[in-house]
Amino acid sequence: MDKKKPKKVFVQGAIPPEKIANSVANHQSKTNIGAHSIFLGQIRADEVEGKTVTAIDYTAYEEMAEKVFHDIREAAFAKFDITCAHIYHSLGKVKVGELCLFVFTSSAHRKIAIEATNYFVEEIKAKVPVFGKEIFEDETHQWKVNK
Amino acid sequence: MKVTVKYFGLVAEAAEKSEEVLEINEALTASELKARCLNGLAIAEKDSVQIAVNQNLDDKTIINDGDEIALLPPFAGG
Repeated sequence: MDKKKPKKVFVQGAIPPEKIANSVANHQSKTNIGAHSIFLGQIRADEVEGKTVTAIDYTAYEEMAEKVFHDIREAAFAKFDITCAHIYHSLGKVKVGELCLFVFTSSAHRKIAIEATNYFVEEIKAKVPVFGKEIFEDETHQWKVNK
Repeated sequence: MKVTVKYFGLVAEAAEKSEEVLEINEALTASELKARCLNGLAIAEKDSVQIAVNQNLDDKTIINDGDEIALLPPFAGG
């Protein structure tokens, strides 16, 4: 059931830490779950040529990104025996120390949940058309590239 | 024929626009259209820019009337 629901992945601005606690709480009634695995992406204050990143401004080709997120979900459910999976990604400005990506998978057992979360994160970084403008303290910027 | 071209990230910045409608009068592959759109733009690594045609990454495909084209710089999600 969870698998088929269309999901809205993008959230405007940073992902509030409370969302993680609430997501965990929402799964306490699903007693076939034995393990949750969570990945949280946080904005790092990278230093580039003496300037420090203060925020990342995310944009996306939203229509394609939502489709790719959906395809990644479908592939993950085919590949791993997970009971549910949730993805949230920020759009707009996210300051250093704030959260920009939240991947949450659940399974009967730990290994599957951990592997599935890892799969989601790697696929999202490689395939989803999201772009990040790293803003320095002097308001100059550079474009982030995933390694 | 007419196609809509969307620009993102550093490509939008270099092009100083996020979208335009182009009139094309010849058969073009996606890769040829990409070269045409990026021509003259100050982008250091043009090979790193991908083209999506109707939300699919395929630079061999032939462009058709009404296609939605997107020029996508390197992805930076997460």
